[in-house]
Amino acid sequence: MSTESVFLAANEASEHRTLIISLFTAFVVATLGITVWAGRQTKDAADFYAGGRQFSGFQNGLAISGDYMSAASFLGIAGAIALSGYDGFLYSIGFLVAWLIALLLVAEPLRNSGRYTMGDVLAYRMRQRPVRTAAGVSTIVVSIFYLLAQMAGAGVLVSLLLGITSEAGKILIVALVGVLMIMYVSIGGMKGTTWVQMVKAVLLMFGAALLTFLVLLKFNFNISDLLGTAAANSGKGDAFLEPGLKYGVSEMSKIDFISLGIALVLGTAGLPHILIRFYTVPTAQAARKSVLWAIGLIGAFYLMTLALGFGAAALMSPKEITDSNPAGNTAAPLLALHLGGVDSTWGAILLASISAVAFATILAVVAGLTLASSSSFAHDIYANVIKRGKATEKQEMKAARWSTVFIGIVSIGLGALARDLNVAGLVALAFAVAASANLPTILYSLFWKRFTTQGALWSIYGGLISAVGLVLFSPVVSGAPTAMFPDVDFHWFPLSNPGIISIPVGFLLGWLGTILSKEEADKGKYAELEVRSLTGTGAH
Amino acid sequence: MADSPPLETPQPRVPSTEEYARVQESEEFGELRRSYRSFAFPLTIAFITWYLLYVLLSNYAGGFMGAKVLGNINVALLLGVLQFVSTFLIAWWYARTAAAKLDPKAEAIKSRMEGGA
Repeated sequence: MSTESVFLAANEASEHRTLIISLFTAFVVATLGITVWAGRQTKDAADFYAGGRQFSGFQNGLAISGDYMSAASFLGIAGAIALSGYDGFLYSIGFLVAWLIALLLVAEPLRNSGRYTMGDVLAYRMRQRPVRTAAGVSTIVVSIFYLLAQMAGAGVLVSLLLGITSEAGKILIVALVGVLMIMYVSIGGMKGTTWVQMVKAVLLMFGAALLTFLVLLKFNFNISDLLGTAAANSGKGDAFLEPGLKYGVSEMSKIDFISLGIALVLGTAGLPHILIRFYTVPTAQAARKSVLWAIGLIGAFYLMTLALGFGAAALMSPKEITDSNPAGNTAAPLLALHLGGVDSTWGAILLASISAVAFATILAVVAGLTLASSSSFAHDIYANVIKRGKATEKQEMKAARWSTVFIGIVSIGLGALARDLNVAGLVALAFAVAASANLPTILYSLFWKRFTTQGALWSIYGGLISAVGLVLFSPVVSGAPTAMFPDVDFHWFPLSNPGIISIPVGFLLGWLGTILSKEEADKGKYAELEVRSLTGTGAH
Repeated sequence: MADSPPLETPQPRVPSTEEYARVQESEEFGELRRSYRSFAFPLTIAFITWYLLYVLLSNYAGGFMGAKVLGNINVALLLGVLQFVSTFLIAWWYARTAAAKLDPKAEAIKSRMEGGA
């Protein structure tokens, strides 16, 4: 199996392009239908921002999974396992364990004390305008990084799946994804976005379960046999099944792995597009239930990616995987083709279905990210900073819809420019920024009586600037063959993930800013926030 | 469900700032805060430590992680899957504790405050 079979796969892909495009189209038509239906039901701000708070814990759990399991985790982790073996699996563990912080410390208090955005909770006991501005800036930065990674990935991926090689074709796909996400969010608001994410989560779980079943069937459900074949076929032997292939190369790469691990586990509970999902349910108990469902679904999914990754390694040669995409991002679709049979209709149908699932995944995630940033712009910055809380509901919703269009257009532009850059690192960066800038302020606000406005501002801006600043001078941006700009070198920070420095900086500055504050914390406001967050009194 | 009509519930009264401050200092609320924090905080520290231990073992204990346990299944894979299992168990344990010990206390305070007693 070598280049020949890759060409075969590529031919197969373009031969069955009609099938893939039909499935894509079916998904787009169905979700646009849902969007229009949801749009008709979106009458006030609570509908637009929070889906009317009418979703059940199970529905929201499904939508959270749909929002969280990005193409990076589906295709990226399966590909990373297929190429680096065990080290690819390390990501999924951090991504899952992170949910315990959301469950134990964040979901319920947030649901009880906020209304529409992360900024609602951060600014609750603080001076509104500066903290809202900081929360809005941080929300938009985190979401845009995440969005950019998804958009650029979408261009590369869909072009590959459809066999499109021209630059114009790639730009067209980025634009198409952008236009669709603008429509989902501006028309359907949170209701439409939630349903799109639910549909996607169901498709993704079914797709992954089907492939897992087929992989295990091939090995008569003997996992040891599957692992052994994967290790032998990878050409790396037992090392393939042990940690260290990717992160154990040098002392620095080991520290980088610790940094990544910390960012993953602390970042999730600070991701704005995840946090706003807790507002879509009526009570804190329902928020708890949604996280429980999400943990179950996401955990099951990541366990399945193990089978997909090792299955791909066992059934295909490493060269075949990297020839199609150097990062291994097409390992899962290629695996589908192999499981169905390279020259058979069944193989083509499987390939097309898994490709359509990947496409659905991208659309659902970008919609969630766009909603988070436009909500924050309209609610935090427009309504509370610019209009000083005096905007009417109608004006605010209008602002939210227009900022959706604006953010969508900006991301299409950036996504098109970044289409050939290696932006996969941006997702891990988004986690690091969320953990450095958002999580400290969320936790201090909820649990520390003395926390002040100055503490919040130092923490948000300090975490944000240190995380983004360090990445700018890291090998992610320049000075490495895998960098965004491989031809220049202005890096001096040795790690690709800034978390190990920037997260402590965020926590430390929040503490320092508070103890150095001239003004004292507003005791009455903290009493309100604390009682409200723990009991749900006065929660809308 | 998203498509069901909004329920017509009577608007609960909005407690004043003084009431919030009074409740915050009350014995009953102190008890709720203690139950919550003494459960959630140590557990958070415990699972983060357990996770970091796993990360450090992956980095610096290659021989131990590579030891085969059953066929080609090694310690690393078992420990990885164990992280999944412990996550599921902690989530389940928290949900059970919250429903049994925290929810009734929170509900009592909430209904009194919104009822206006």
